[in-house]
Amino acid sequence: MHVSQNWIDIAYLISACLFVLGIKGLTKPKTAVRGNLLAAAGMGVAAVVTLLNEHIVTYEVIIAGVVVGGLIGAIMAKKVQMTSMPQMIALLNGFGGGASFAVASAEFFRGSANDTVSIIATGAAVLIGAVTLTGSLVAFAKLQELIDGKPMGFPGMKLVNAILFIGSLVGIGYLVVNPGNEMVFWSLVAAAMVLGLFLVLPIGGADMPVVIALLNSYSGVAASAAGFVMGNSALIITGSLVGASGLILTSIMCKAMNRSLTNVLFGVMAEAGDAVDEDEVYAGKVKSTSADEVAMMLETARRVVIVPGFGLAMAQAQHAVRELADTMEAAGIEVEYAIHPVAGRMPGHMNVLLAEAEVPYDQLKDMDQINPTFEQTDVAIVLGANDVTNPMAREDKGSPIYGMPILNVDKAKTVVVVKRSLSAGFAGLPNPLFAKDNTLMLFGDGKGAVLDITTALKEG
Amino acid sequence: MDFVAQLTLFVLAIFLGVELITKVPPTLHTPLMSGSNAISGITVVGALIAAGSDSGMLINVLGFAAVVLATINVIGGFMVTNRMLAMFKRK
Repeated sequence: MHVSQNWIDIAYLISACLFVLGIKGLTKPKTAVRGNLLAAAGMGVAAVVTLLNEHIVTYEVIIAGVVVGGLIGAIMAKKVQMTSMPQMIALLNGFGGGASFAVASAEFFRGSANDTVSIIATGAAVLIGAVTLTGSLVAFAKLQELIDGKPMGFPGMKLVNAILFIGSLVGIGYLVVNPGNEMVFWSLVAAAMVLGLFLVLPIGGADMPVVIALLNSYSGVAASAAGFVMGNSALIITGSLVGASGLILTSIMCKAMNRSLTNVLFGVMAEAGDAVDEDEVYAGKVKSTSADEVAMMLETARRVVIVPGFGLAMAQAQHAVRELADTMEAAGIEVEYAIHPVAGRMPGHMNVLLAEAEVPYDQLKDMDQINPTFEQTDVAIVLGANDVTNPMAREDKGSPIYGMPILNVDKAKTVVVVKRSLSAGFAGLPNPLFAKDNTLMLFGDGKGAVLDITTALKEG
Repeated sequence: MDFVAQLTLFVLAIFLGVELITKVPPTLHTPLMSGSNAISGITVVGALIAAGSDSGMLINVLGFAAVVLATINVIGGFMVTNRMLAMFKRK
């Protein structure tokens, strides 16, 4: 079957439009499912039309690849737990980068890249694609706890990375002058793969949300570069959409963590600041409470805000929390959830975890929406969150987390913090919130405490 | 397509992307990432051509690898996005 290139290109334009409409659908929860289906339809159009390409002469390899990849993808999508979503996305980012890298390599060996632009594009796709592949695998291993989440490195690592990067650029330049030099090509591949490893290894587990978002962006840019190689508009448009998306999410995450992108990338932690003595913050000021007492307080409350952190998800307590919220709502109490951008392990992660427990999405409020309402809140219940509620970020100029946007839970009339102990969070700082006059500590296991409060509230 | 036309597409699409993505609410940021991940599986287009061409063993091997990886991305990405979004839909 032979179809003119113009028709094929028009089909690619249609699929690019479907992708744009698909992302537009994602701007509202109500239209999001349809948006995703539109985007999937766009992919279907692009794939089918490609099969009509005149260069395709055999279908065995294609069918084998689609069957293998489709099965693996479907199993992953069905089996993955919502708490493990960051790992899954990291892996998919890596595969996307790997695919662009393989496509660009195939184009190189086919000798189709012979003018300056397409050789540079091939080099860029190989470089970015391979960095995305190995970097994402490291991110996956860290999130899955296959390797230690602590920053790893050696003295002079930055210098080595700089040499690898500049070497790769020189390699691409050499290929422009001497197209088809396989030795140089393989060196470029090796340098890019090692660079990917070395770029992500020194980044700590707490910064992984930024890394995933950034690698997401890279996978898009790699696809775009592959599009330049092949002269394919669908790849260029789609790749740059994804690249922009990843960059925006990266900058949102950086802001939420009060870190600059350069600091995250180079594994620089904030200045230690003045040492804060835990005893000085907590001594004699921490009041503990019981589930019964909290239930009594809730009975007279009109508005309650729940502040979930990742600890809650690790304890699989989302369903217990939703039950508590249902009980409160049945008693006429207004309940909302305050979601900090880094409450989960990736952008929007906590929202998905709560949605899984059938918490209605319109009760999930982001930081900017919920912060002005804490003053009218009777009880704020903090569950497994710590650093994102630390008032030092607002008040203590010497503190390493000064300037980090936080949830102003301390403005609520009463704050109940459910926590095992007074231990510090990721930032390693004491939290003066725990010692405030209006704060009560409910020590114990998060899920157990929530169940106890619910029972006490139902009985009371 | 000449380079300038390609570059034009690239730059305009980035502007479009920024406009679109900034309107996605934080609640949907995880599905946005998995969904855009699936979309970046568009590389499957190049992968199919490499896998189905008759330009030699090495090209087909690279093409096969690319098809497998891109298909995982596409199928896995769209399916997991759909699974997540279904949780937001019910009320």
